[in-house]
Amino acid sequence: MNTTEILFFFLSALAIFSAIMVLISKNPIHSVLWLVGVFFAISGHYILLNAQFLAIVNMIVYAGAIMVLFLFVVMLMNLNAETEPQKNLWMKLAGVISGGCLLMVFVSLVRQATDLNAKKAMTTTGDIGLIKNLGKLLFNEYVVPFEITSVLFLSAMIGAIVIGKKE
Amino acid sequence: MPIQYYIYLSLVLFSIGIIGVLTRRNAIIVFMCIELMLNSVNLLLVAFSKMHLAFAMANDKLATTVGTDGQLFVFFIMVVAAAEVSVGLAIIVMLYRNTHSVDINFLNRLKN
Repeated sequence: MNTTEILFFFLSALAIFSAIMVLISKNPIHSVLWLVGVFFAISGHYILLNAQFLAIVNMIVYAGAIMVLFLFVVMLMNLNAETEPQKNLWMKLAGVISGGCLLMVFVSLVRQATDLNAKKAMTTTGDIGLIKNLGKLLFNEYVVPFEITSVLFLSAMIGAIVIGKKE
Repeated sequence: MPIQYYIYLSLVLFSIGIIGVLTRRNAIIVFMCIELMLNSVNLLLVAFSKMHLAFAMANDKLATTVGTDGQLFVFFIMVVAAAEVSVGLAIIVMLYRNTHSVDINFLNRLKN
């Protein structure tokens, strides 16, 4: 078992444990903090796959900006474990069973896919995740979607202001 | 690293997100579970792009930029997710201001 495999299994265990803790935490602030843990574990996976640009962007945008926004909203509303609305037990059980069935169907599908046998994801080698290659592609072939993105952000900003303002 | 490991990890994270959406009633936690699902798909896209690269490089040593598109798609998904979060949280704040709760069952008032 080499270092890459050890790191892979450690990061996977961290991601799954943190994701489960997001679900079962009663306090919304704890859920947000565990979700930051999931995002850091996924960033670790990106570094392991040599996707360095996405690892940094994931950390800055997701673990930084988006989760701070979530934390800000949770603290603004003064939510805590006492005010947490609870579904009844049967609804929770039904949700877990249906999610588990979905997972079972997916796993059996992947196990039957013979195309995937002996396919390997390149870890720690391969340069496509470097900012040089991504930048070349982004500003040549994908420059139109990139510009449309700015319009999307503008509309999202205006929408957030219009929804959020007091009438 | 065999691609199946990454698929299983993404599937588990995605299913945890689905279970979260189905079982929690706090609108913010439901929203966070949607982010979790988006991230599991992002991880799978990056793993598949590296799988594609490995397959291309095994056939042709010069094909060193195959699969870059997959990582750019992840970048665009992050952009869309950031825009989605800003609007969604504004909606949740408005819901809280009108009902003093973030219980998603209050959203059934929309039908009146």
